[in-house]
Amino acid sequence: MSKLLILAEHANGKLNPATAKCVSCAVKIGGDVHIAVFSDSGQAVAEQAARLAGVSKVLNIEHADFTDPLAAMIAPELAALASGYSHLLAPSSMYGKDVLPRAAALLGVNQVSDIMSVNDARSFTRPVYAGNAIIEVSVPEDMLVAATVRTASWAAAEEGNSAEIEQLAAQSERPSHTRFVELQSEGGDGPDLQTASVVVSGGRALGSAENFELIYQLAKKLKAGVGASRAAVDAGYVPNDMQVGQTGKIISPELYFAFGISGAIQHITGIKDAGTIVAVNKDADAPIFELADIGLVGDLFQIIPELEQALD
Amino acid sequence: MKVLVFIKRVVDYNVRVKVRPDGSGVDTDGVKMSINPFDEIALEEALRMREAGQADEVIVVSAGTSDCQQQLRTGLAMGADRAIQIDTDKPLQPLTAARAFQALVEQQQPGVVLLGKQAIDDDNNQTGQMLAALWGRPQATNAAKIELSGDTARVTREVDAGLEVLDIDLPAVITTDLRLNTPRFVKLPDIMKAKKKPLDVVALDGLVSDAGNDLKIGNWSPPPQRGKGIMVDDVAGLVTELKSRGLL
Repeated sequence: MSKLLILAEHANGKLNPATAKCVSCAVKIGGDVHIAVFSDSGQAVAEQAARLAGVSKVLNIEHADFTDPLAAMIAPELAALASGYSHLLAPSSMYGKDVLPRAAALLGVNQVSDIMSVNDARSFTRPVYAGNAIIEVSVPEDMLVAATVRTASWAAAEEGNSAEIEQLAAQSERPSHTRFVELQSEGGDGPDLQTASVVVSGGRALGSAENFELIYQLAKKLKAGVGASRAAVDAGYVPNDMQVGQTGKIISPELYFAFGISGAIQHITGIKDAGTIVAVNKDADAPIFELADIGLVGDLFQIIPELEQALD
Repeated sequence: MKVLVFIKRVVDYNVRVKVRPDGSGVDTDGVKMSINPFDEIALEEALRMREAGQADEVIVVSAGTSDCQQQLRTGLAMGADRAIQIDTDKPLQPLTAARAFQALVEQQQPGVVLLGKQAIDDDNNQTGQMLAALWGRPQATNAAKIELSGDTARVTREVDAGLEVLDIDLPAVITTDLRLNTPRFVKLPDIMKAKKKPLDVVALDGLVSDAGNDLKIGNWSPPPQRGKGIMVDDVAGLVTELKSRGLL
């Protein structure tokens, strides 16, 4: 039977929902599912992880070296824990992408990136070419499966469980060559872009950081997360952590609004899994309309205020 | 200090790739090939380090058939001092690539290794991290800013929560993200000059045994298509449509 270990992602004492999505993938693979929490004090996060349905055990590994999410510290420890497991999983977030390949290389195994679906315990599908092709990848028998899970393809596991929590001591040798300095975070007060059920995004057509306020206002009214195209980020209207697309965040909200976004393939990659896509653009030939479920040709500076009024 | 830059030959990012009907891969016949855009940013950063007097030699490396010499020549035309082709007729999975790169890194002893955060063909985002692990050195992935000072580098990384700043000891592996820089255009005289710059070829099995290419790639298929959408005429039409779908 498979035995799976999931690398938990967390910050400020909160388990990231990406972890619950990895659990769904692990349950689909089938077997004994464990979660590893690395931190300086992880009891609260471990308790949240223990509530996820399908998890049989949470490993809580506390050490001052795990205070910050550094791959150089966590990968050796994860690799040391991996013996006895058939699968090592992490979300395909920036964090998972940073840590897991480092652990896989230490273990001498290749990694499967971005699992979309599970054929069997060793065979998966994943996107390549920015989602323009889907491939089947299989891992040979008797080799550890190291994989990241494409979170937009998976629903979060339900809560209501109470798995055992085991305290473990750090056992690996950790380097001193990598030092955390700081996290610069704009930290908006709206819902998290990656988990919000409604997301409102703006593109270059907004024209300025000031005009982007229109997007924030509408999002507030819709209780939505706020995203942006690469063009809007590059133009400096919004910070990088709002970028939706191949090199930003890949999201799957129930409802997605694209205002003034032309629909470059790199952006479309990030929103393909959205339930309903609404596009508003002045240019009737914009590629975004090929993808949109509901399209409206027009000037966003008129349409957004009208829409806000209609929502009152 | 030497800077080693690994670049990959990939289908140009402007090409809309199509899966072959027999599911054996994507059509690459007659398709424009380029340096992976993230690797091009890595090379640009290396050149800026040399121009700022922080590096004295920029070596550009690619693994593949002799076809990738085309991208290496482009790298030389951009300004790299010399090039190395790791000769192999098989596409390398990240662990194999990382093992070959490590062998080359041990030979060349660079202070900084730069490569793109991911290749836009396999979208793996693994090779830099794997190389750093095998080499036992720091990694700073998704770099948006790199400041070298003596034996250390301060790297600002793009992460999900914003920007993370790390201090790393050199030598180290840094993978590059979009906003690090804008690569220069190659000028015609530089293309002529590049023809005279050294380009060495080393065999893959001279660096590493082939072990590591062990994932089996099966069938390729096009992505599922979304259903055809509708157009509405105005905000009232949009609101009606959203309400009828239970979304408002």
